Amino acid sequence: MAFGNKSYTCASIHNTLRVQEKIIEGLLWLSAAITILITVSIIWVLLSESVKFFGEVSILRFLTEKEWTPLFADKKFGILPLVAGTFLTTAIAIAVALPIGLTIAIYLNEYAHARFKTFVKPLLEVLATIPTVVYGFFALTVVTPFLQSFIPGLAGFNALSAGIVMGIMIIPMISSLSEDAISAVPRSLREAAYGMGSTRLQTAFGVMVPAASSGILVSVILAISRAVGETMIVAIAAGQQPRLTLNPLVPIETITTYIVQVSLGDVPHGSLEYRTIFAAGMTLFLFTFLLNNLSFWIKKKYQEKYD
Amino acid sequence: MTNSEKNRLKDKAFQVFGVFCTLIGLVVLAIFLIDIVIEGIGRIDWDFLTSLPSRRAASAGILTAWAGTLWILVLSAVIAFPLGIAAGVYLEEYAKKTKLSNFLEINIANLAGVPSIIYGLLGLELFVRMMNLGGVLLAGALTLSLLILPIVIVTTRESIKAVPRTIRDGSFALGASKWQTVWHQVLPASFGGILTGVILALSRAVGEAAPLIVIGALAYVPFVPKSPMDEFTVLPIQIFNWTSRPQAAFLTNAAAAIIILLLITFLLNGIAVYLRHRQQKKIKW
Repeated sequence: MAFGNKSYTCASIHNTLRVQEKIIEGLLWLSAAITILITVSIIWVLLSESVKFFGEVSILRFLTEKEWTPLFADKKFGILPLVAGTFLTTAIAIAVALPIGLTIAIYLNEYAHARFKTFVKPLLEVLATIPTVVYGFFALTVVTPFLQSFIPGLAGFNALSAGIVMGIMIIPMISSLSEDAISAVPRSLREAAYGMGSTRLQTAFGVMVPAASSGILVSVILAISRAVGETMIVAIAAGQQPRLTLNPLVPIETITTYIVQVSLGDVPHGSLEYRTIFAAGMTLFLFTFLLNNLSFWIKKKYQEKYD
Repeated sequence: MTNSEKNRLKDKAFQVFGVFCTLIGLVVLAIFLIDIVIEGIGRIDWDFLTSLPSRRAASAGILTAWAGTLWILVLSAVIAFPLGIAAGVYLEEYAKKTKLSNFLEINIANLAGVPSIIYGLLGLELFVRMMNLGGVLLAGALTLSLLILPIVIVTTRESIKAVPRTIRDGSFALGASKWQTVWHQVLPASFGGILTGVILALSRAVGEAAPLIVIGALAYVPFVPKSPMDEFTVLPIQIFNWTSRPQAAFLTNAAAAIIILLLITFLLNGIAVYLRHRQQKKIKW
């Protein structure tokens, strides 16, 4: 009897344990599932407000009008000026970050001593940890006055200075991701190139960079995506004047700056002006979503090339 | 000059260019930090740290701003830490290689690439409007928690992945259940790495201004927040506000506040680097 009792208790402990295990697994699953809920919420929030916006302003007007003046009496709802501003600052940032970042990646991989590499890499990473509002301050108070000293037509707020500073911020992103890609290229390829009598430069650009091209491309796409969504640098240093231009010397406005500008004012909830930030946000989200997925696709397609 | 001499010259030239590029980032960083310290260090004193904001630059302080930043830091940690670790543990230890887990993975990578200002729009509708919280600390912390969640999940997974299979097998062989194995073996073994990731994520949250501006955090808050349901400001918003003003005295204030903000971010990053270093030294599987 006593023995039977004991085995009963054992079974019940075993059972409670199993139930407990199931509950814990359920909770863990729920935590992971929340991430899907976040994505769904983002899309739902942007879509629901954008749909209301496009109920009042046609998509055609949104895509083709050449002015963006939702906060003025004479309202125009063309997103193009904001897209142009975003494109301009992003292009400048990439023009700065790509050559410098890629050169750093090649230099650290093919030329630098291991000790120099371990010393420099964490220092470069510091660039990525500085809050963007601090970069904005730097662009406005240091870089713009410096550029003005030899570019006479440069306005106090401009895409050039914001873009350059954004580029500096993005350097570690391109350099470290590209470096990972280059160092993933098998040693045998490098040694074969040296064996053929190539210099380090010829090895780097003739063999290593082409072999790592998909990884380098991924780093650039992610950097573009980052620059497109960057907010505080452009909000501080690039101005708040939406204009359809590719002139880097005048004040412009990016999509992100517009959202900040409206958020700082007191636009009543539910008004058309309030909804403009969601239509702008939707546009921004679409850009970054496409870029990010493009990078995943490239990564997936080419990742096992050397395995 | 022969061809090979030319090539060797080009090689040398690129080497010089490589050093130049590597140094240019560091030089800009140095100029930048020195400039800010020169501009702001004279403004930092006890009064600056303990005064309320003011319309006059000379008497304005950052008490409410750093108190808000501290609140946000703690609240975001409390929300994102358990959630992110739980999700990371599920994906690494429990999830089978199904379409769903593959989708979860892609989704998390996607979330990590969503611009912070979009999280602001999400927080504005979800927490400020629908949950009717208003632009309070809790809404800000929830928004930033969602923002850093992908980072916490990814680092949790990487740290767990580094724990060797044998530890788990040993635990199972002694009759431990799955959760007992995770709780008593895997998590303690990977805790250093997880903590490093969480701290790095928090240092990102501390520097964010855009999503908090969107959810309606104010630049001018004349009191120190006492509970998560109070209105608030944070250091980056205060810096943004001062930078946007035309008077030079406010720029000095901004530089001084930047020094404090950078001290906080560098301190967090320093702790993270130290923890990672110690972890790597201590554990040799």
